[in-house]
Amino acid sequence: MANATHGVGGLSYDPKKRARAPELNVLAALILIILAFEALGRLFIGDSFLFNTRDNVDTLFNEQRLQIIILQVAIVGIIALGVTQVIISGGIDLSSGSIVGLTAMVTMSFAQVAMVNGNPNPKAIFGPEWMDLPVIVPVVVGLSCGLAAGLINGLLIAYTRIPPFIATLGMMVAARGAAKWWSKGNPISFPTENYAAIGKGMMPVVIFVCLAVLFHLIMTQTKYGRHCYAIGSNEAAARMSGINVTGHKVLVYTIAGALAALAAIVLSSKNLTAQAGMGVMYELDAIAMAVIGGVSLQGGRGSIIGTCLGALIFGVIISGFTFLKLDAYYQEMVKGVIIVGAVVLDQWRQNKRGRG
Amino acid sequence: MTDCILETRGLTKHYGGVHALTEANFTLGRGEHVAIMGDNGAGKSTFVRQITGVEMPTRGQIVFDGVARTFTSPIEAREAGIETVFQTLALADDLDVPANLFLGREKIRFNLGPFSILDKKAMREATLAALQKTGVKIPHLMNTIRNMSGGQRQCVAIARTAAFKSKLVIMDEPTAALGVQETAQVENIIRTLKEAGEPLILVSHNMRQVFDLADRIVVFRRGRIVANLRKEDTDSQDVVAHITGAKTGSEFEGAA
Repeated sequence: MANATHGVGGLSYDPKKRARAPELNVLAALILIILAFEALGRLFIGDSFLFNTRDNVDTLFNEQRLQIIILQVAIVGIIALGVTQVIISGGIDLSSGSIVGLTAMVTMSFAQVAMVNGNPNPKAIFGPEWMDLPVIVPVVVGLSCGLAAGLINGLLIAYTRIPPFIATLGMMVAARGAAKWWSKGNPISFPTENYAAIGKGMMPVVIFVCLAVLFHLIMTQTKYGRHCYAIGSNEAAARMSGINVTGHKVLVYTIAGALAALAAIVLSSKNLTAQAGMGVMYELDAIAMAVIGGVSLQGGRGSIIGTCLGALIFGVIISGFTFLKLDAYYQEMVKGVIIVGAVVLDQWRQNKRGRG
Repeated sequence: MTDCILETRGLTKHYGGVHALTEANFTLGRGEHVAIMGDNGAGKSTFVRQITGVEMPTRGQIVFDGVARTFTSPIEAREAGIETVFQTLALADDLDVPANLFLGREKIRFNLGPFSILDKKAMREATLAALQKTGVKIPHLMNTIRNMSGGQRQCVAIARTAAFKSKLVIMDEPTAALGVQETAQVENIIRTLKEAGEPLILVSHNMRQVFDLADRIVVFRRGRIVANLRKEDTDSQDVVAHITGAKTGSEFEGAA
């Protein structure tokens, strides 16, 4: 490590002038938003957002609310991890929500029980020989389904060189269609007990946190992560430096597809049912989490930690609006404002740094 | 072992009907610093693109380190030991200095295919060594390239060539966009390369710089080499005469 006060080659250097980690700004925003809800709550409805105000339980924080905040962003958060690495490497993925829908349908078909309350499963997709399968079967089928969709995205983008926006938009429409075609629009229900255990209780949060740690390590400590940043920041330079840009892109979108599939497995298990309309708009929520967390849509900048903080901001805002008893309509309007605001802020920050 | 690190024989490049480079016979000795001069469109950059593998020559032979070579990509040329500082620099703006130095050839601590664990410490140390070797001054290693001045970027791009065991360094107009002080810094780096005995091809428009740094000056005009002048035997007026076509080297009579 170079000396903290003297730069390489004897140049004087002021460590205070180093750019602050952007994640700190996101964290500050998160704390500010929580404080704002706390203040608004005390002012207008006479209740605390963060702290426990009921006398019958002796916990400091309102644990139930905190749990709900994390739980409701965990599943989209899993998708956001995949979207983060896509955006960092200079792309975009609009297909993740539809991949969730398709994967949920396919997976659930392999996770059904044969008998419901002594009667044959009324929502059965396959014959009885395809029921009561061990839990590994639907999980593997589901993951393969997401991998395949992601692989198609990746091959299209890397080899035909069409913009990722168009390729994944095509996948978004096509996968949603496939999800509807799979059961002719009917919902698929009644999974096995083991399958239902995947998304039970706080399990989605546990899975999300494990994956977040894993992807944080991948993005910061491995060649793969390094190449994501390199390609997103200067694709021509990456190519000149001998990085296999084509292969890397295929891998990036395939991983994003697999993560969307994992989210679908957790979601369908949690809801005990799968519908073709599952995951609508999830792709945009996931992109919003990443963008709010400081991932630059121009590529090259951002982090998994940022996206996790972005996801928390997302969750806090949704549950804050519920807490303030405001209509869901306002939630969506404010969500839109926040996404645009985050991008404007990011650009403003970049310009400021460029001039300094 | 020959005493030539690089030799081209009859190197020719046509873009459709345009003869960008015609029958270029060029030699570079070990430890020699040669400057390439010429007007815009004289064939300098075309020549560099052929020997660095960015393009494939239409005709002719490249002998590098005693072996006839055909480079199909810049990566192949680099693996053979030709390090190039391109005009575009080829740096990733959002990565720090060690990451840029080792872009595409990262040091690995634990091999897991694409998910291999990076050896950041070794790369940092090698970066410091390379910066010391070239005398490059950079405020902080962990700064991203985006926060650096044009001169500092140029220095990083040059230090990248020094971080690996290169046999030949090629610089395409390394000071074209730099201020006075930054130019001086880059020229100092080139002098340290000379002291270290590393051969260099320098493409430049700057007459003072060329006379300061090079042992020999090769002049291109309209796709041909028209002069091969030892620094001691020439002056800037003579070189200008060759560049503009007022004069042609005796051994190149009839070439242009």
